[in-house]
Amino acid sequence: MTEHSYLIVLLPAFSFLMIVFFLRWKEKIASLFSIAMIVTSLIMSISVLFETIARNGEAYTASFTMAQLGSFKLQLGLLIDPLTAMMLVVVTAIGTCVEIYSIGYMKDDPRFSRFFAYLSLFLFSMLGLVVSDNFFMTFIFWELVGLTSYLLIGFWFEKKSAADACKKAFLTTRVGDLGFLVGLLLIMYYTGTFNYEEVFAKIGMDVFPPAMLTLAAIGVFCGAIGKSAQFPLHTWLPDAMEGPTPVSAIVHSATMVAAGVYLTARAMTVFVASADASFFVAVIGVVTSLLAATIALVQVDIKRILAYSTVSQLGYMIMALGLYGYDTANGHHSPGFYAGTFHLMTHAFFKSLLFMGAGSVIHAVHTNDIRDMGGLLKKMPITAPTFLIGSLSIAGFPLTSGFFSKDEIVAATFGHPVFTVLTLLIAFMTAFYMWRLCFLTFFGKPRDEHRYEHAHESPKTMAYPLIFLAFMAVFVGWTGIPALSHGFASFVFHAEPYHPHADWMNYIVSSIVGLSGIGLAWLMYYKRKIDPDKLAERFKPIYTLFWNKWYFDELYDIIIVKPILAIGRFFWSFDANVVDGAVNGTAKVTLLWADLKWWFDRWIVDGAVNGCGWIVRAFGSLLKYIQSGRMQFYGLFILFFIVAAGIYKFESAYLNGWIFTDFLEVTTLFVILIGFLSYFAKTIVPESTTKPKREE
Amino acid sequence: MLPYIAVAAVLFSLGIFGVLTRRNTIGILMSLELMFNAVNINLVAFNKFVWTDALIGQMFAMFIIVVAAAEAVVGLAIVLLLYRNWQGINTDNINIMKW
Repeated sequence: MTEHSYLIVLLPAFSFLMIVFFLRWKEKIASLFSIAMIVTSLIMSISVLFETIARNGEAYTASFTMAQLGSFKLQLGLLIDPLTAMMLVVVTAIGTCVEIYSIGYMKDDPRFSRFFAYLSLFLFSMLGLVVSDNFFMTFIFWELVGLTSYLLIGFWFEKKSAADACKKAFLTTRVGDLGFLVGLLLIMYYTGTFNYEEVFAKIGMDVFPPAMLTLAAIGVFCGAIGKSAQFPLHTWLPDAMEGPTPVSAIVHSATMVAAGVYLTARAMTVFVASADASFFVAVIGVVTSLLAATIALVQVDIKRILAYSTVSQLGYMIMALGLYGYDTANGHHSPGFYAGTFHLMTHAFFKSLLFMGAGSVIHAVHTNDIRDMGGLLKKMPITAPTFLIGSLSIAGFPLTSGFFSKDEIVAATFGHPVFTVLTLLIAFMTAFYMWRLCFLTFFGKPRDEHRYEHAHESPKTMAYPLIFLAFMAVFVGWTGIPALSHGFASFVFHAEPYHPHADWMNYIVSSIVGLSGIGLAWLMYYKRKIDPDKLAERFKPIYTLFWNKWYFDELYDIIIVKPILAIGRFFWSFDANVVDGAVNGTAKVTLLWADLKWWFDRWIVDGAVNGCGWIVRAFGSLLKYIQSGRMQFYGLFILFFIVAAGIYKFESAYLNGWIFTDFLEVTTLFVILIGFLSYFAKTIVPESTTKPKREE
Repeated sequence: MLPYIAVAAVLFSLGIFGVLTRRNTIGILMSLELMFNAVNINLVAFNKFVWTDALIGQMFAMFIIVVAAAEAVVGLAIVLLLYRNWQGINTDNINIMKW
């Protein structure tokens, strides 16, 4: 099956094309078709996973050359190793759940088929990103994922907030992608290849100057910062919650945002080679995690809390991977790689569960504001328990998935006390804000009677995926129980097999932290022993800071958006005044020139023509008198000229040109004579004519 | 021969003068006849004194007399028509060929 794993990627693409070209108007068939395709992909992914386990994690590779440029080959290819196999199953399993869930959630949406087409395209891009065997192909699918994310966030583009959010997401992630591209080209420059395995082999051979290696690693990590919404590019992810909830569940919590973590894990060798870059990664991770957790403490929008929780958990994974790189670079053993990837998997399941549960709640009460909810436990017998299971898991309740993976992350921080303390603090805050959300939503008295009355359990297509994911949220983590000799750790481990050992101290501390977080939420929001409002009043500056998300949006508005707008306005005014001015000036000059030419035409050219006419008329008006219509006058003329000719003849013959010398003179004389005669004729011929009167 | 030519020249000049100055169409026609006759006298005189061998001049004069008769007929017919259309034969009034 592994050799046919390209089909896993291509089936969703096929589904996308089928829906776009043939099933656009057949909504039911479109949704069922895309689900059939993703289920096939899921089954194949599971069999690929088992085959990979059977191969003891040996990597399977296959590739073909897309373009050959000299000695350099641009390839598309597959790299199926344990990490890939794990991600394939996660993506396809959650994809299946989300597509089934969407049948219920997107019911009656005017663009139902298009939603499934987009989802299929997204799954294609994500799976392509996962199986890719070189940086270049990863980059292609990385951008495709960004595109589909843009399409899905802006799916309800009639809403201005959604349209803005999708632009924001796209542009913000582009910033990170630029860094990714720089890192990618640096790697290409020094190693001469994009292929992961070849690059990793070359890095061992010292072809990189250390500073450049650090720069390349940070560059690649920039891509992860953008895609996984890490500080300082984390602001787009909460806004991305404007998209439909199934999209939030798959794209913005479980898979796409995990792409950054996945890339960091995939390129781990590069990070291991540079302790500085790894430390940078770890710091970014922990800062993001802490920042997002503090913001999540005070938010009231159910999806935004989950979004900040996602950012926080992604920061966790990034931090674990960064610490792994740092420790390994310094020659220490670390479970960070295993912890990061393990948490990636468990988080994908319980976070998509939480998002879908939140979607179900929103579907029931038609609001995102948790202050308007309450007491929904009775109304929603499936959604509420599954949501609570998910919350237990993320809070690290003993024996749930989150418990095992989070413990490993805590274990990865050992040796770095600051990180350990912060990690435990974040775990505490996570448990607190998740259970604050749960208590406000599902327990207590309903705060909005009207909404409560109309609340109802969601349809079965939405409920079944929740049950399945709740099951996974508890048990998927059990693959990482240290007691298993061939558990997740030894399977996915990056360099050499790793066998975690049960650290009871860690377990107890983590459990206490998680449970105390839940307990504090219980005290504040269920028992009301501590009044949250008074607390907020007491720590007002901090509360305001958290409430306004540390003013990051405002900060970016001042330092980036405003200057860019100002530059834009400057260029606009340049355009309006100088460029348009030049164009308009040209037009004005042309008009002026045309006026000039018109004048020339009117008075000089036409003047010449009319002048000819005028001269002819003038002569005609004089000479016409010769034509008097009287025969006797003509006779007189004839006589006159005969006499004149006789005189001329006589003169030239006998007086030798004494009077008339040349032809011109004679002609001039002749013309003057005719003029004179005409004038004479005018005076003697009466103007008025007598019309012939016909006899009756 | 000179007296003949002199008479012819006077006669011709009188004819031209008549043609150019008479306002009466009949008078113009009569003046034309004078010019014809002046020419005839010339022809006959030249035949008699210069070209004595043949009678070409006399013959030509005879022709001219015939043609002049025909011309007088046509001219008088035109005058008649003029009179009918203009109620008069004064040339001052007959100027429809003007510009």
